[in-house]
Amino acid sequence: STWFWSTEIRDVVRYYEPLRKPVPLYEQTVKDEKGRYQRFHGAFTGGFSAGYFNTVGTKEGWTPATFVSSRQQKAGRQNARPEDFMDEEDLGDHGIAPRQITTTADFASGRKDVIRDKARAITSLSAPIPGDTVLEDLVAPARSSMGVELLRKMGWKDGQGVGPRVKRRLCKQRADSATRAFGSASPPNGSSESQDEEDGEFVPENVTFAPKDVTPIDFTPKVDLHGLGYRGLNPLAALRGGPGAGHINLFTMDSDRTNSLFGEDRKGQRRRGGVAGQGFGVGAMEDDDEDIYHRDIMSNYDTVLGGEEPGNGLYGWTAPQQYNRKKKDAAYLGKILEGFTLASDKLETKTIFPPPNLPRDFRPVHYFRPVVDLSSVSPMVAQALQTSRGHMAQEEPSKGGRHQLDSAQRRELLGEATLQGADCSLYSSETCRHNKMSLLNPSRFAPHAEQQQQEALSVWSGPTAQAQTGQTFKPFERTPHKQARYDLYIDQLKQGDRDALELSLDPTMTEWERGRERDEFVRAALLYKPSSSSLSCRFTRGKQDDGVEADTVEVTRDQENDVDDKQAAVKMKMFGKLTRDTFEWHPDNLLCKRFNIPDPYPGSGFVGMPKVKRDKFSVFNFLTVSESPTASASPAPQGNKQSVPLYPDTFYLKCYREEFQSVGALTFIVYYQIYSLFNLITRLN
Amino acid sequence: MVRTQTNTHTVRYDCCSTWSCLCIYITRFRCFSSSHFLSTHLSPPPLSLSFSADGNYLLSCGSDKSLKLWSVSRGTLLKTYSGHGYEVLDADGSYDNSQLCSCSSDKTVILWDVATGQVTRKLRGHAGKVNCVQFNEEATVILSGSIDGTVRCWDTRSRKFDPIQILDEAQDGVSSLKVSEHELLTGSVDGRVRRYDLRMGQLHVDFINSPITCVCFSADGQCTLTSSLDSTVRLLDKSTGEMLGEYTGHKMKGYKLDCCLSSKDTHVLSCSEDGHVYCWDLVEGSLMLKLPVGKAVVQSLSFHPSETRLLTAMEGRVQVWGAEPEETEEEVVVVQQEKA
Repeated sequence: STWFWSTEIRDVVRYYEPLRKPVPLYEQTVKDEKGRYQRFHGAFTGGFSAGYFNTVGTKEGWTPATFVSSRQQKAGRQNARPEDFMDEEDLGDHGIAPRQITTTADFASGRKDVIRDKARAITSLSAPIPGDTVLEDLVAPARSSMGVELLRKMGWKDGQGVGPRVKRRLCKQRADSATRAFGSASPPNGSSESQDEEDGEFVPENVTFAPKDVTPIDFTPKVDLHGLGYRGLNPLAALRGGPGAGHINLFTMDSDRTNSLFGEDRKGQRRRGGVAGQGFGVGAMEDDDEDIYHRDIMSNYDTVLGGEEPGNGLYGWTAPQQYNRKKKDAAYLGKILEGFTLASDKLETKTIFPPPNLPRDFRPVHYFRPVVDLSSVSPMVAQALQTSRGHMAQEEPSKGGRHQLDSAQRRELLGEATLQGADCSLYSSETCRHNKMSLLNPSRFAPHAEQQQQEALSVWSGPTAQAQTGQTFKPFERTPHKQARYDLYIDQLKQGDRDALELSLDPTMTEWERGRERDEFVRAALLYKPSSSSLSCRFTRGKQDDGVEADTVEVTRDQENDVDDKQAAVKMKMFGKLTRDTFEWHPDNLLCKRFNIPDPYPGSGFVGMPKVKRDKFSVFNFLTVSESPTASASPAPQGNKQSVPLYPDTFYLKCYREEFQSVGALTFIVYYQIYSLFNLITRLN
Repeated sequence: MVRTQTNTHTVRYDCCSTWSCLCIYITRFRCFSSSHFLSTHLSPPPLSLSFSADGNYLLSCGSDKSLKLWSVSRGTLLKTYSGHGYEVLDADGSYDNSQLCSCSSDKTVILWDVATGQVTRKLRGHAGKVNCVQFNEEATVILSGSIDGTVRCWDTRSRKFDPIQILDEAQDGVSSLKVSEHELLTGSVDGRVRRYDLRMGQLHVDFINSPITCVCFSADGQCTLTSSLDSTVRLLDKSTGEMLGEYTGHKMKGYKLDCCLSSKDTHVLSCSEDGHVYCWDLVEGSLMLKLPVGKAVVQSLSFHPSETRLLTAMEGRVQVWGAEPEETEEEVVVVQQEKA
């Protein structure tokens, strides 16, 4: 016998090549799907590290599902799912349980839970009795999907089709049932009617029938390279060898037809002979007669090339159904693939929709970008033009109006380059200074302004100012240019420069602007002069910036009543309402828990007394507010049974208080006594 | 008959004849014949006393920086707990006698294990002397009031060393503190008694106009007893704040002295600076008994939770006063005569 190498020549050539050097051990690395190096370890360094050092823990330690049980929230049952024991690799695309969005069992129609099936298969293998789950399948609860439930609610019954009831003949339905194998489309009207006439059955009018059931179309996409309608050999059918599955017919269409035609008769038939032979392996207890091995008959195979015989291999069998069917298929030459039917009506032509109507206020205006020579304008303008969409630039609201802009900002907005005027760069610094000094009009300065300037210089050039490292106060923070100039001015002052102010000002600004800034700078410098070092070293700046709230302080919302009133009441030994104040007070949630008490204010974000923010230096902080503190904003908790006031009509009491507050506490108490006496009398009555 | 030993460590025996003649209302106080004087905290006086929850033990804390646990019935010292850095100002025992808490001038609160005598937890946070300390009913929270004007709620369950909540409503030092099932009563030097109602989420402030030295709940939980430095003990209605009774006659001007109610709310007792314990009838407000304890200030007193027994502390001595069941009518008459 001759043997052929099945390997390609390439491989043969490679065989003669010198062997490659083995990869050294330290270069044998394994990466996971994310490219991270995986560590070999374990016995003979064969295992991967899984989890966290092969444990179920994490870096933070092993944290079990936390037990949560409280009065409000009872611990629920926790059922472990198979997914809980899977890692991300298992859940990945190539894992045993890939993650994909699926409909739940309640809404799914027919599709099976892949993960569950797999799990079941595994358990059935490992079960003491293999195939143990068969019983489970048998006793599976009857479940119908949500769609079926809904249909039943709407009056649908099993076996019926979906849709409005149809007025037609009973026999037609019967005839249709015969064509079930063929598809769902109703046959052409003419033929069926003629057939109905033949039957001649009496059919009552005004009787409607449910539409017949439709075989669902299989929407599984075709991914293989076989032709349309191809079905491979079914290995189960091939190997079963039972009497039902006698011959594997490659032409499924025909086999279907024959099956449907033969029907019951064929089942009873026992085929013997042909290419037969009893194999070994039949058990002693088994019935010898049982056809456990598949036998095929040679007559099932075509011996002659050249298509089928007429009558589809029925050899002279001429059933009327066959003719019926032929009639139906007459319009179409060729085979109809399984799952397809002939269309009853023509394909609809695509309707072309007219373009939408333009709204009335539509203005067909297009902004063309101006063609600008980019080299001629400043880069700012060029950039603005390039990015512009034909809209006006929106003014930033935070910047204030256009009147607040200074020349530099205006220049920036317009995209102009800085003017190259008589600048310092032309002269040396010394000449520049003189030049500028001469330019300035000294008459603009009032004598006191000069004096202020000197004062600022003396203050800032002192040792305390030197000690102060970082300047904290930024008066012109909104305009960075100005702030920069101011900082420069302060720096110059610190160095003791007499012309600090003039140096720091922008020479390109107008005289008027410069004059204004001069005043502002001097004023700011004097106002925020550095505190003396002995004092400043004792204080540190607050860690958090107070910002806007710098002038507010937190005080308790409910204030105590007037102490003088109380003192008077104590002297009169009139304890009770006058000496008592009741406030809203929020205990800590944990404290309530420790005391075994429900939180009176669940969800309140604070503990203690409710606080409000008041002005730090407000007069009202030092005055006691004589409002009734019991009338607190938040509702009192339930179950306030014990505090039944002795004098229920507090309203009058309040009126009394308001009336006599001016008179004085003592007088009020006298009146209060009268009032209570009055009250007593009315009660007695 | 007086058998006195000079050694302060040993138990002094005293005859009880002089005290037994004093009686109040139904019961009579007398010194125990066996151990009416308990051994002292050496020379410095005990500052505070308290019975354990079941009344079988008593706890004294003193300026020798230690706590001492005594058996009331036998009069023996059971254990000394030392660990504070300054004088111990107050102590309390848990409901199951398994834990103790104490507070001290060293600004700390210590949770002790009774059996081993070890410090379970040392809680720091107060800015000044801690005047008073109390367990809550289930010993899950320690509440301590300090001279810094705050009451801090310490969690004994968790390992956190921060208080659960700080009650800083007091404008001056907190001198006294009592806890009931769901309420917290504090007396402050600013002359106000504050009652924090956890269940209602309310704070009731009663103005007394004199520094409070001691506050108590009544056994029925309807009233509060307040002693203040104007030498007055006041019984206030808890819900409305009205005064139900006023008890005067004793002297309380400068010391932080205790007051208490008898176990069945029949009498009001208060320490006094004149060396007596004053006992008033609760309803009538009349002075029932003036129990002479010694010549110095009676610093602390505590009433037995169920029996008619009284603890007093004076100058390093702890005395247990017991009541004999009323023996004969004659004796009572004799007592009255002797008094007269």
